[in-house]
Amino acid sequence: MKVLVPVKRVIDYNVKVRVKSDGSGVDLANVKMSMNPFDEIAVEEAIRLKEAGKADEVIVVSIGVKQAQETLRTALAMGADRAILVIAADDVHQDIEPLAVAKILKAVVEAEGPGLVIAGKQAIDNDMNATGQMLSALLGWSQGTFASELDVDGDTAVITREVDGGLQTIKIKMPAIVTADLRLNEPRYASLPNIMKAKKKPLDEKTAADFGVDVTPRLEIVKTTEPAARSAGIKVGSVDELVAKLKEVGAV
Amino acid sequence: MDFALTEEQTAIFDMARAFGEERIAPNARAWEAAGIIPKELWPEIGALGFGGIYVSEDSGGAGLNRLDATLIFEALSMSCPSVAAFLSIHNMCAKMLDAFGSDDIKARFLTPAISMDTVLSYCLTEPGAGSDAAALKTRATRSNEGYALTGTKAFISGGGYSDAYVVMCRTGDDGPKGISTVVVEDGTEGLSFGGLEDKMGWRSQPTRQVQFDDCKIPASNLVGDEGEGFKYAMKGLDGGRLNISACSLGAAQAALNTTLQYMGERKAFGKSIDQFQALQFRLADMEIELQAARIFLRQAAWKLDQGTPDATQFCAMAKTFVTEVGSRIVNQCLQLHGGYGYLADYGIEKLVRDLRVHEILEGTNEIMRMIVSRQLLSDRT
Repeated sequence: MKVLVPVKRVIDYNVKVRVKSDGSGVDLANVKMSMNPFDEIAVEEAIRLKEAGKADEVIVVSIGVKQAQETLRTALAMGADRAILVIAADDVHQDIEPLAVAKILKAVVEAEGPGLVIAGKQAIDNDMNATGQMLSALLGWSQGTFASELDVDGDTAVITREVDGGLQTIKIKMPAIVTADLRLNEPRYASLPNIMKAKKKPLDEKTAADFGVDVTPRLEIVKTTEPAARSAGIKVGSVDELVAKLKEVGAV
Repeated sequence: MDFALTEEQTAIFDMARAFGEERIAPNARAWEAAGIIPKELWPEIGALGFGGIYVSEDSGGAGLNRLDATLIFEALSMSCPSVAAFLSIHNMCAKMLDAFGSDDIKARFLTPAISMDTVLSYCLTEPGAGSDAAALKTRATRSNEGYALTGTKAFISGGGYSDAYVVMCRTGDDGPKGISTVVVEDGTEGLSFGGLEDKMGWRSQPTRQVQFDDCKIPASNLVGDEGEGFKYAMKGLDGGRLNISACSLGAAQAALNTTLQYMGERKAFGKSIDQFQALQFRLADMEIELQAARIFLRQAAWKLDQGTPDATQFCAMAKTFVTEVGSRIVNQCLQLHGGYGYLADYGIEKLVRDLRVHEILEGTNEIMRMIVSRQLLSDRT
């Protein structure tokens, strides 16, 4: 079985995020970019399936600007076998929306024939949390989202999902789309030899046009603003005063 | 000319830094207090390929060059210079075994050292032979079975802790040509250790004298050829100097990062202290020195990788400059932390203590200046 893992190049989680002066989005020029952390978890899970003998090949795919090949190399260094880069934008500030990504992924799935797609549950840049679900709908495959455990067994997979208030265990039919939650695993560090090997692994380049998918944004960003700066606190003398103050600001 | 790191180099640096932040930094103070780096850490580091960074791929190493190695030591040192420097010593030994050891030596000592199931210590310095290492007196007497070692090695990082010792000893006459390199395994009869040295810095590395008293080793533990040991030891020094410089650089960068943060939070006279121009200028001076040190270090590493004739001189210059800049910066960062910098909780005073020895070991900075001036004077036309 092949496992396909879509990975997204996003602003590094350690970087201080700055909004562009025109408010059209977050400034991504000259900012450190990394693999979406949930996608790293997805890559790790796919590699573990391969190591457990349940998968034969791990293919990673990234859709976006050319620089996303660095993200793919990271996945290859972790242990993925080969990569597909789908160039869909020239400008690092153009985000490819979930539906367009899902349509391209559907075409990649049809071309590659994986038995399982493991995606991050969402990307940390825009937190859409939609691509996996949309891909599942487009393909008509089962979906297991927010997975914190995954056990693939032949034609079925048992997935523990992190839902509000607890854990839900479901059994789904393969082929399937699984989206990785934070606790699914702890991704490994790529070792020095694997970092060096990554550049020799195959990386195919395609474009969105190759798959006939129009990536023109359907959403319009009206405004992007920085979160309000934290203002000074006040000291209260009693619980009553605290409750009164909270009521005053409408917090209770 | 291209000053950019390659994609792989960036990935290597990021990986080393992330690993250090997760596994080393949170424990650095506890390990210092305990006076020991837990041995369980090393196989984790070995799994990343850090046990044989510039050991050839044929021998199972990562096969990287010295410039790549400086990135790793800089990144790891951002978490703890003591741990990073210990790894540098291990790698220096591993490289010697790879470059000069027999297949038998490689199988017995190098392979487990690369995975870091075992750690190696480097034994050159003696109580009476530091900068003039060729005056070493530890004697290895040849017998039918092998060698019997007698003598004492001083300031040995990992003494009484490591699994094997790479020892420079005298098999022949006085002077550098009478020196050979052998491997002595922990537990060998006649191998003993002095008391734990009470040091200013690098306190998580146990340092002891290593003593040989008619310590018998098989002849097959000889590395390379008899009488070549001093040459082997010297070959590792240029790279060792780069590594130790990188350790100063990483620690200084970490201190500066912490200080930048702190200065934005600490208030005095009604404003955060990063608003005072006198202090802003100090920040600028530190950044200028740090960047200059980094570029100088990488140039020296590049020269060593290229094998340029002036590589040794550049390694010596970089070692002096980078370790002195590093010490100056961490000391300045302590000052900018005020009284809090003097407290262990803030992590800065440890760096001041850890970096001090970088000006002394791997050749004192006085010896470095000798190397530089000797070259200058001999090149004079």
